Amino acid sequence: MSQAAAALTVAGACVTLGGRPVLREVNFSLTAGEFCGLIGSNGSGKTTLLRAILGFVPLDQGRIELGGQGTLPGGIGYVPQKIELDPGLPLRARDVVALGLDGARLGPALPSRSRAERVEQMLAAVGASEFADRRVGLLSGGQQQRVLVAHALVRRPRLLLLDEPLANLDVRSTAEIVALLRRLSRQSGTAVLLSAHDMNPLLGAMDRVVYLASGAAVAGKADEVVRTEVLSSLYGYHVDVVRVHGRVVVVAAEAREESHAAVERDPVHTAPVP
Amino acid sequence: MFAPFMAHAWIVATLVALVAGAVGFFVVARRAAFAAHALPLGAFPGAAAAGLLGVNPLLGLTLFAALGVIAITQLQRGERREVASALWLALSLAVGTLLLSLSGQYAQGLYGLLFGEVLGISARQVLGVAILSALALGLLALFARPLLLDSLSGELAAAALGRARRLEWVFLLVLALSTVMALPVVGALLVFSLMVGPASAARALTDRPWRALGGSVVLALLVVWSAIALAYLTDWPVGFFVGLLSGACYVLGRLRGPGAAVQTA
Repeated sequence: MSQAAAALTVAGACVTLGGRPVLREVNFSLTAGEFCGLIGSNGSGKTTLLRAILGFVPLDQGRIELGGQGTLPGGIGYVPQKIELDPGLPLRARDVVALGLDGARLGPALPSRSRAERVEQMLAAVGASEFADRRVGLLSGGQQQRVLVAHALVRRPRLLLLDEPLANLDVRSTAEIVALLRRLSRQSGTAVLLSAHDMNPLLGAMDRVVYLASGAAVAGKADEVVRTEVLSSLYGYHVDVVRVHGRVVVVAAEAREESHAAVERDPVHTAPVP
Repeated sequence: MFAPFMAHAWIVATLVALVAGAVGFFVVARRAAFAAHALPLGAFPGAAAAGLLGVNPLLGLTLFAALGVIAITQLQRGERREVASALWLALSLAVGTLLLSLSGQYAQGLYGLLFGEVLGISARQVLGVAILSALALGLLALFARPLLLDSLSGELAAAALGRARRLEWVFLLVLALSTVMALPVVGALLVFSLMVGPASAARALTDRPWRALGGSVVLALLVVWSAIALAYLTDWPVGFFVGLLSGACYVLGRLRGPGAAVQTA
């Protein structure tokens, strides 16, 4: 794995927010084109980890390196958690993608054919061509997610971060977005780090998983990490990894005071039959 | 109404409309209408202070508008923008009350500052307004794309630009500049309506951002020109017509256009 181009290295990353440790010694790395799920319950530190990678949150200890050394060409693509796109805002889907290309530039936007073509290609790549001219705030959740992915990828970043992009999507849109991200990461060599509280939609797609619980992480291939003994050791108490109808459910052995959404006491909730 | 003594009024009103229409697009996009109300009204005591000290009112306005920008951005660290704006508004009006009572008289000029006065604008004032307009429009043109991105999502702008807080400074600075230039013409109480009315109508008429900005400018020009003509014909205050026509723009925008259905649903 050291031969492949590293897109992201997180080594011994510790973050404290408001006196509370949020990330404890997180270690993992991603190589180009890898698709990695960042799995954990609400409050496990997923968003903080993504924000630390973006440089929004300072590390107390450890380091985060992009592209092995220094910054990446094209930077980091980012799809934030549940952004509400204002339906009153006069912005078409294609304008949002264009803002991904040069929204940080100063000066007025001059029409450019190469720019328009790049936007058009990106819209096609995420399957957003048919609603490219519609107001983005009026699109469905799944359509908006495609547009935001196009916004994040249009500068061809080496690393794409997505914070809970599957939350609030219906089953079909979820599967489509996962398949889309998987395909784009393979094609372009972009490493994808996607956070989710439910790993099931990602099971067939993930090359790697980073599993977070109370700020501590284990990383590896999904079938190495999502195991009873590994996750029990991570949580610090016994949990069972149960496979039902091709889905994985992590169940706490006994009722616990602290709430861990990823650890379901009632497996029925995480294994709805689609 | 096209007599030579009206020339200054037409020029200044046109500049004010250009700037208010363009700034208004971002005011509405950033949901900052209340800040657009609080900054001019909060700057008005500056004019009272200038009157008390016997200096140029524009100086007082500029100072208080700048203080307003600093107050709102600093208070925003712990509070939402509307709370920060309200706090600033309350504080500055309190100071304004004191200054007015100290000056001992309700100066005629203050009425003009609250409600606008386009007649009797001097050549020097025209030059001042022109310079401030150029500054405001220049800053807007420079930061147009980052401001639009930040209106879409502060998180996305922060990821693309590093820290996005500076954009709020730029935005409030432009707002303050346009406030200072527009205030003597349309008045502290009505600058806000000229920014919000045309801009919200324009964005209901098109889905394209730069077209909406252009449309906002065109509507603001129509509002201001009509207001001057009507004021000249009726001898009623210009500010009344500016407020009325801006409000009409807003209502028309809400009634038709792509965003209308969702907003009323």
